[in-house]
Amino acid sequence: MIHWLEKHMPKLVLTPSFAGVLVFVYGFIGWTAWVSFTKSKLLPKYDLVGTIQYDRLFASPRWETAFENMFIFGGLFIAIAMVLGLLLAILLDQKIRTEGFIRTIYLYPMALSLIVTGTAWKWILNPGLGLQATVQGWGFESFTFDWLVNPDKAIYAVTLAGVWQASGFVMALFLAGLRSVDQEIIKAAQVDGIPTWRIYTSIIMPSMAPIFMSAFIVLAHLAIKSFDLVIALTGGGPGYATDLPATYMYTMAFSRGNVGQAASSAMIMMVVVFAIVVPYLYSELRSKNHG
Amino acid sequence: MKHFMSIAAVAAMTVMAAQTAKAEPQAEVLHWWTSGGEAKSVAVLQQEFASRGGVWTDMPVAGGGGDAAMTALRARVLSGNAPTAVQLKGPSIQEWYEEGVLADISAVAEANGWEDVLPANIAGHMKCEGSWCAAPVNVHRIDWIWANADVLAKNGIAMPATWDEFNAAADKLAAAGITPLAHGGQAWQDATVFEAVALGIGGPEFFQKAFVELDMATLKSSTMVAVFDQMRKMRGYVDADFSGRDWNLATAMVMNGEAAFQIMGDWAKGEFLAAGKRPGIDFLCASTPGEGFLYNVDSFAMFAVDGADKQAGQALLAELIVGQNFQKTFNLNKGSIPARTDVALDDFDPCAHASAQDMAASNYGGSLLPSYAHGMALRGAQAGAITDVVTAHFNSDMSSADAVEMLANAVANSL
Repeated sequence: MIHWLEKHMPKLVLTPSFAGVLVFVYGFIGWTAWVSFTKSKLLPKYDLVGTIQYDRLFASPRWETAFENMFIFGGLFIAIAMVLGLLLAILLDQKIRTEGFIRTIYLYPMALSLIVTGTAWKWILNPGLGLQATVQGWGFESFTFDWLVNPDKAIYAVTLAGVWQASGFVMALFLAGLRSVDQEIIKAAQVDGIPTWRIYTSIIMPSMAPIFMSAFIVLAHLAIKSFDLVIALTGGGPGYATDLPATYMYTMAFSRGNVGQAASSAMIMMVVVFAIVVPYLYSELRSKNHG
Repeated sequence: MKHFMSIAAVAAMTVMAAQTAKAEPQAEVLHWWTSGGEAKSVAVLQQEFASRGGVWTDMPVAGGGGDAAMTALRARVLSGNAPTAVQLKGPSIQEWYEEGVLADISAVAEANGWEDVLPANIAGHMKCEGSWCAAPVNVHRIDWIWANADVLAKNGIAMPATWDEFNAAADKLAAAGITPLAHGGQAWQDATVFEAVALGIGGPEFFQKAFVELDMATLKSSTMVAVFDQMRKMRGYVDADFSGRDWNLATAMVMNGEAAFQIMGDWAKGEFLAAGKRPGIDFLCASTPGEGFLYNVDSFAMFAVDGADKQAGQALLAELIVGQNFQKTFNLNKGSIPARTDVALDDFDPCAHASAQDMAASNYGGSLLPSYAHGMALRGAQAGAITDVVTAHFNSDMSSADAVEMLANAVANSL
């Protein structure tokens, strides 16, 4: 008996969570996929009617804005947060005295809820209350910084707040990566008289490739599912200029009684996530098999 | 001590009586009236219900302007355990009826003569295929324009009776350095201004065709272009920081003289009154230019429930909701007017009197119309599609012709 238990214990322990994931993740993905092919409005219906929800989704200017915004926001957010994070990490890596203190400061935004970040930036970026009003108050009357209320720029205001929140975290990731590089190699390079920037570009950064990948994946899924930041910062406005797929889906499902539209937009979001994650998983698994 | 004993004895007997009585009216009520004045208003109904021997189970779900409550309702209905009564309004009552989950309360309605005391259009929302399925609570008027009396007097401006007058007044105010229109850039507020403009410029018949019947020719008409032209003008009359502002902050701008006008439903009156402002003296209320009356009627839909006690509770609840006493007390608290037309309005303020008179007149003249912006005229998907276009136009430099074309496409795409 004990022998049997010993043998099967790992399976027994894993079964409930495995079953849970099977039903609550994959089961509901399947359910959402099914509903996205129905004419569900207020309550889900199960008669398949083809791709009408997807046709509507791609005919909707609001979805077009939301989908575009995901790429603008996602692209800029990931790129700027990574560049800024890496830069901060390299600067912090110069063995400066107050490193612990500065590191904490940069990492702190991550401790805030995105709702807090959004609300704070909403005030900072409000032209009548925040930065613009302050600078104009100093006498620079022509200074304008109205991204938040300008429909063409508002998505960049969202990016700004997002980057502020996430770049400290990326910095911490990169800093850990920088520290894990074998110091002997670096010392050897320094002895050979190789300039510092070459050490970074040719030795340290290549050996940090897995960290880049992790940072990218974390930031990418933050970008695609980001919802609370937009809700707190702009509420999707002005108009629907800062709508993202997640806020579109929420509006359709919970405000407009349009479950079919919500399901189809959720499926598109999932496809986008898969498009990013699957190549990553594939390369990970392949390198493991080879390694 | 003796006194206490007798209270305890009475309490014990009441508890026992409660346990023995079987068909005691039960009602579980799902609503999202959780803030100050609204919560007080619901408490009135609860007390009345209890004094008639009923047991009230309160199910308040706050948040998201009812979105959270609707999510709760969906879960309850899907699990086959619907509440007795749910705060629902307009076409969503019909949507739930089509799901086959509403009850028939015609017996109560007929016994209490609802047909005779409710305006026909409003009664129409409460009926599902001819039988009564919901009880109206109040009538909010949407097409109000509020103004700061001092600001108007100082600039020699009267309440505008036409949109041209409004534009002239607004230009004058802007020249004097006052924001003509206090507005919050949230989609529903854009839609509120839009429907007031549409009613004023197009008239009741146009409004009915465009936003109730979704007639394509009307949606694409040149009148609709004119409506969007006026909206473009309105955009010029708001201040630079309007994006995302809450409606009550816009009301405060009118109150303290930063802005002159606000177009908002009569809940704005509550803000003025709460700040100690007097109607007719400190602030002015009038219908937006043009004829007609846009209503937003809160109501309780009755869901099909099992058991004599619950059905008795439902009937009692319906009777009390439309009863004179509740209609009066509730609406005094909430700032709206009673849905039934035979309630004495002595305690109400002049704005409410104007609202009640206009409602009676427009009911008679056929211009009593449901508000599209507040979910009375259309289902969520269609109303949302229109609002998307309205807010996209208002917040960009889109031309009126483009907006009209986009409007027709969006509506067609949402049907």
